[in-house]
Amino acid sequence: MSKISRDEVAHLAGLARLAVTEAELDTFAGQLDVILESVARVGEVAADDIPPTSHAVPVTNVFRADEVRGGLTPDQALSGAPAVEEGRFRVPRILSEEA
Amino acid sequence: MTAIAEIMDYDEVVERFDPVLGLEVHVELSTRTKMFCGCANAFGAEPNTQVCPVCLGLPGALPVVNGKAVESAIRIGLALNCEVAEWCRFARKNYFYPDMPKNFQTSQYDEPIVHDGYLDVVLDDGETFRVEIERAHMEEDTGKSLHVGGATGRIHGAEHSLLDYNRAGVPLIEIVTKPIVGAGARAPEVARAYVTALRDLLRALDVSDVRMDQGSLRCDANVSLRPRGTEEFGTRTETKNVNSLRSVERAVRYEMQRQAAVLSSGGAIRQETRHFDESTGSTSAGRPKETSEDYRYFPEPDLVPIAPSREWVAELSTTLPELPWERRKRAQEEWKLSDEELRDLVNAGALELVAETVEAGAAPGDARSWWVAYLAQQANTRGVELADLGIAPKQVARVVELVAEGKLTNKLARQVVDGVLDGEGEPDEVVAARGLEVVSDDSALQAAIDEALAAQPDVAEKIRGGKVQAAGAIVGAVMRATKGQADAKRVRELVLAACGV
Amino acid sequence: MTSTASGGGLTGLTASELAAKLRAGEVSSVEVTQAHLDRIAAVDQDVHAFLHVDAEGALAAARKADDDRASGQAASPLAGVPLALKDVLTTTDMPTTCGSKMLEGWTPPYDATVTRRLREAGVVILGKTNMDEFAMGSSTENSAYGPTRNPWDLDRIPGGSGGGSSAALAAFEAPLAIGTDTGGSIRQPGAVTGTVGVKPTYGGVSRYGLVAFSSSLDQPGPCARTVLDAALLHEVIAGHDPMDSTSIDQPVPPVVAAAREGAAGGLAGVRVGVVREFSGDGYQPGVQRAFDAAVRQLAELGAEVVEVSCPHFDYALPAYYLIAPSECSSNLARFDAMRYGLRVGDDGTRSAEEVMSLTREAGFGPEVKRRIMIGTYALSSGYYDAYYGQAQKVRTLITRDFTAAFEQVDVLVSPTTPTTAFRIGERVDDPMAMYLADLCTIPANLAGNGAMSIPCGLSDEDGLPVGLQIMAPAMADDRLYRVGAAYEVARDAAQGGALINRVPTLEAV
Ligand SMILES: [Mg+2]
Ligand SMILES: [Zn+2]
Repeated sequence: MSKISRDEVAHLAGLARLAVTEAELDTFAGQLDVILESVARVGEVAADDIPPTSHAVPVTNVFRADEVRGGLTPDQALSGAPAVEEGRFRVPRILSEEA
Repeated sequence: MTAIAEIMDYDEVVERFDPVLGLEVHVELSTRTKMFCGCANAFGAEPNTQVCPVCLGLPGALPVVNGKAVESAIRIGLALNCEVAEWCRFARKNYFYPDMPKNFQTSQYDEPIVHDGYLDVVLDDGETFRVEIERAHMEEDTGKSLHVGGATGRIHGAEHSLLDYNRAGVPLIEIVTKPIVGAGARAPEVARAYVTALRDLLRALDVSDVRMDQGSLRCDANVSLRPRGTEEFGTRTETKNVNSLRSVERAVRYEMQRQAAVLSSGGAIRQETRHFDESTGSTSAGRPKETSEDYRYFPEPDLVPIAPSREWVAELSTTLPELPWERRKRAQEEWKLSDEELRDLVNAGALELVAETVEAGAAPGDARSWWVAYLAQQANTRGVELADLGIAPKQVARVVELVAEGKLTNKLARQVVDGVLDGEGEPDEVVAARGLEVVSDDSALQAAIDEALAAQPDVAEKIRGGKVQAAGAIVGAVMRATKGQADAKRVRELVLAACGV
Repeated sequence: MTSTASGGGLTGLTASELAAKLRAGEVSSVEVTQAHLDRIAAVDQDVHAFLHVDAEGALAAARKADDDRASGQAASPLAGVPLALKDVLTTTDMPTTCGSKMLEGWTPPYDATVTRRLREAGVVILGKTNMDEFAMGSSTENSAYGPTRNPWDLDRIPGGSGGGSSAALAAFEAPLAIGTDTGGSIRQPGAVTGTVGVKPTYGGVSRYGLVAFSSSLDQPGPCARTVLDAALLHEVIAGHDPMDSTSIDQPVPPVVAAAREGAAGGLAGVRVGVVREFSGDGYQPGVQRAFDAAVRQLAELGAEVVEVSCPHFDYALPAYYLIAPSECSSNLARFDAMRYGLRVGDDGTRSAEEVMSLTREAGFGPEVKRRIMIGTYALSSGYYDAYYGQAQKVRTLITRDFTAAFEQVDVLVSPTTPTTAFRIGERVDDPMAMYLADLCTIPANLAGNGAMSIPCGLSDEDGLPVGLQIMAPAMADDRLYRVGAAYEVARDAAQGGALINRVPTLEAV
């Protein structure tokens, strides 16, 4: 019994903004299934009272002084842009409203 | 085809339903630099001139927290009577949007920097309403998009968009209330009063420009209705794009009326984002989302946790300014104001302006009367906030001083103020340039009086005969001759003296 | 140096030998650099270690190093020595592609901190090395620009993701290289190419300008053919960087001194723990035998060798394959065709959303997409606790295992990777088999402590290099170098010279 369906793969691809092909849906469904089954082993460890580690270094409170630092010139900022117009990044029309 | 939404009469709404509000306010901090990089945080610069690898989300760039922004967040929390977290983290809120360079927003999720506080807000009749604060957390703003083609720069029908990332990464504090219940018919007023109080508080803390028109203070209003007498909350809508204090009130009121109409006709409220339209005062549904949002929050691995020491928090609590409501109380006592006078002053947004004018030497009564009367009226006709009218408290104080010295009449004083408002310089410069000073030279006046008496011998005769009230005609002639720059009282004295009365 | 394997002459020398000659005025940096450029020209069409070679820029940097030295201002002990830079670190004068079509031709407008430190130290950057796309892989087969080949056997993989850097060293195209290690991407390529690779303590070397794969695990580090060379490079790139919030604000451990101390003396008083969990089934017998021999040699050097159990290391691999994909799914979201890189399908009618999806589909290879999908799944509401959350708890348990182990011993050792270099194509369709290559290297990434891979001989059944992994407590990276250098001297004495010199001669066409 496959744990992850083609539909679920399609949903994930949507969330991840990947226009996957039909063939990929099948391949990924199979591969994700194997991988997720394997990594699910982390659940074997009883860890209810174990704090999660989000950072490898036990450091807190790293702050920067509120001082202006030179950034990029507009030319540098736009240097890698696929399209530029009026000093701005030109992008295709945006469909959805801001979240 | 957009259906025009039915709305229910407001009295009926509040008779049948109990509103529940939730307000989310985003505040742009007025730090010198952005939240996670050293780019300047200033409004209105040329596009993409305040950007760097970090706020452009270039591959490899890493964020570093602006310590001043954390300090501001804590001070805001303290002023809102919140608890300050002992330990908290940033999280990534993952969703794709072209405005957002990394396609995740660095924000805080289940560990806000401050939580569980309240703000007491004063309603128009002087009643206090306590709004409970759920949390305030730190995050970053997005860039701005300009939609080209299609109608009026709106997103719909645009052919393409142009992105400017100057605003991307500007520090934001998001302040979220707990559900506001029990406001009843006054819910719209409470909403406005809350945002007003918050704005005043943030201004007093000097942490933000709090300009709703420029977007440095933004309010999203969550509204739901439940039938009166029931406990369970109804489905809520979230109205965005509410860009003024007045709009906050209007948007809440409209949503209450709209939802009541839907509910009473047997319909159901959709949980959705709605947009407020300033011109019509109504809200409209945003584009429905095809998939439910799943932000896949997880702790931001590029930033280390924040653990504000209790010493630091205590130190910051000593930096809190006098809070607006305390300030008001003190002003009322010092300036001996009635509740009503105080309210007028506050509603006009003039309290700090008056205080500064008094500080600059004016008597409280004069200062107050200038700001709430003539200047408030000017602000109104010019369509600007009183504070942005273009005259400084010390300039008002100088005008008051000139009047007190007898160098200006009230009428002339208003002309001087007009000159300052029109950008003609300092009050003294306006007086000089416009030649507005009171003609106080008695010999100059005497010549004009002699002339007027000679021109109207019969009137002169009447005065000499003891008909004192006849002096008015001569005074009027003198005032005309001096183009109103004479002190009428003094002219009258001189006229009577000249006639030996 | 007469070995034809090295191309002879200057390319056969170590970085410290080159540095000595430069210091003595026997050679110029321009000569050294030109020799390496010639070697690249001769052999790289077979090895494909480089994605980009900047001959002009390298020679200009070499001339500057020579000029500085002439005016008595050598920027560092490595001034004038050439280096190969993994194509995941930003450079303003060369493209940075991360082995992906997504960034083909992209030249960043800023230098990574590592890049900047290399330049400031007068190190000559020859070019950018090949890698698995966005550092995801263990074979360099996931590069969009074709695989890199292992100089020991051109049909085999050079490890990954930093296969370009390891192969460049083994092919004598550069004496030094930079790698980045998220789950073993410095150490595993080092092991399978017979070179030295060090993952410093997380936070020891700045990540600013390192295109992120998994932020909480990624760490740049030195790659070289000797322990001393790695130490010299380590000192150039390490140290606090205010641009990286996770950078450790402490002095760099004295790694060069430790390497010299280790080479000069034995290991008396040093306690070495052999990780029990990293042996047995799944370990190639020849790898196991080479490792056992190395452990015996450590004991002969005076080390006290004990077996240590780290029970949760068995869960490191699954925890890693949740944490790394989760973070990568977020880190790689920025590749969306809006601001830089590839844009596909912008025909004037499609929306930004469609163009994003089409571009990401076209620009990412299968392994990258697979990991983005796994990460998206693991972070989704409803799955977070069972996957990402639980993996982070496992991370805590692994850190505790290390802490307990380091109460008993000074360093831990294991094979670096369970097998020698496998054949190109052998594991491409079996992600799980591929992932096993990082089995032994992952715990140090999860816990953050430093680890080194040093060659420990050739596997007797296939004649391919085997790596010995040495792990030390966090910020005790100097221990890696002391133990590694001592072992290196003993190994070369026992095996009759440096292992790397037994690499087959590459026939220049
Ligand atoms: Mg928010
Ligand atoms: Zn910036």
